[in-house]
Amino acid sequence: MRLRFAIPLALFIAVAAGLFAGLWLNPQELPSPLIDKPMPSLHLDPVAGLDNVPGFATDDLGGSVVIVNVFASWCIPCRAEHPELTKLIHDPAYKGRVHLYGINYKDKPEDARDYLTELGNPYERIGADSNGRAGIELGIYGVPETFLIDVKGRIRLRFPAPISDADADKTIRPALNKLLAESGK
Amino acid sequence: MRILLVILLLTLARPVWAIGPDEMLQDRALEARAHAIGLSLRCVVCRSESIEESDADLARDIRILVRERLTAGDTDQQVVAYIVSRYGDFVLLKPPIKPETWALWFGPALLIVIAGTVIFVRSRRKRIVNQPPLTSEEEEALASLIENGERS
Repeated sequence: MRLRFAIPLALFIAVAAGLFAGLWLNPQELPSPLIDKPMPSLHLDPVAGLDNVPGFATDDLGGSVVIVNVFASWCIPCRAEHPELTKLIHDPAYKGRVHLYGINYKDKPEDARDYLTELGNPYERIGADSNGRAGIELGIYGVPETFLIDVKGRIRLRFPAPISDADADKTIRPALNKLLAESGK
Repeated sequence: MRILLVILLLTLARPVWAIGPDEMLQDRALEARAHAIGLSLRCVVCRSESIEESDADLARDIRILVRERLTAGDTDQQVVAYIVSRYGDFVLLKPPIKPETWALWFGPALLIVIAGTVIFVRSRRKRIVNQPPLTSEEEEALASLIENGERS
């Protein structure tokens, strides 16, 4: 008699537990199929008029841990995460070990220049992606998005949101530390 | 009367494509292929629309990309494979049938079969249990059978 109820009850508990756990998942977030794969081949010119900031190509990767940040001057969350990026890259623990490259997504050079003049330029290199193709190559679906690249030039993390203070502590820094430890740099 | 008119007009309603005349290819055959591919690709910004219907910038960029690749000679599969390699299976409006999606594709049918079987089996058992009680004649016949059985 008891067994008849036990099986449907067990099934129900299993499904309920699964769905309950699902409450913590984010349905908006898309998993990137590029994780653990080499960075797609990109070759972007520097932003026009931005002296001393070279462009960005996939060949420039490899050898060190790199943060690739896709941003635009017209993107408000990018402005919000800018101080966080600056803080991250100027952290003494990362000096010389982590590089920050930017991809300027669908932006006008003069607007990008104004944005960087106003907020400061934390990027060592910036590639101009005026038609958005580099963004599509990376599978972005919004701006800003940040990718962490390991020393072998592989994408290890895709963060499809502006990086807040909490995000930096909970997600980005641990990931960076892990990549650095792996590489022994 | 007006209601009938409204209903009539609604039946004539067509989906509105987001694609503009500047994007459409001159080659009709290629444009048809591009449109068909576009209808199968999800706009990752709007999520429940295809890129042909979505007004999002990214949808427009991908529509243009699809048309460029078709013009360059890619097959339909190559174009779709490229987009999937960048965005994952989620970009396909019709999920592919893979071990990861078996539960999605076969789950409902399987559940119906299981539920139907359980209901059927239980209803048969009930029929046996819910026999009407014996009539007095049947009880007498049963009693005599038992007596005869005990004697032999």
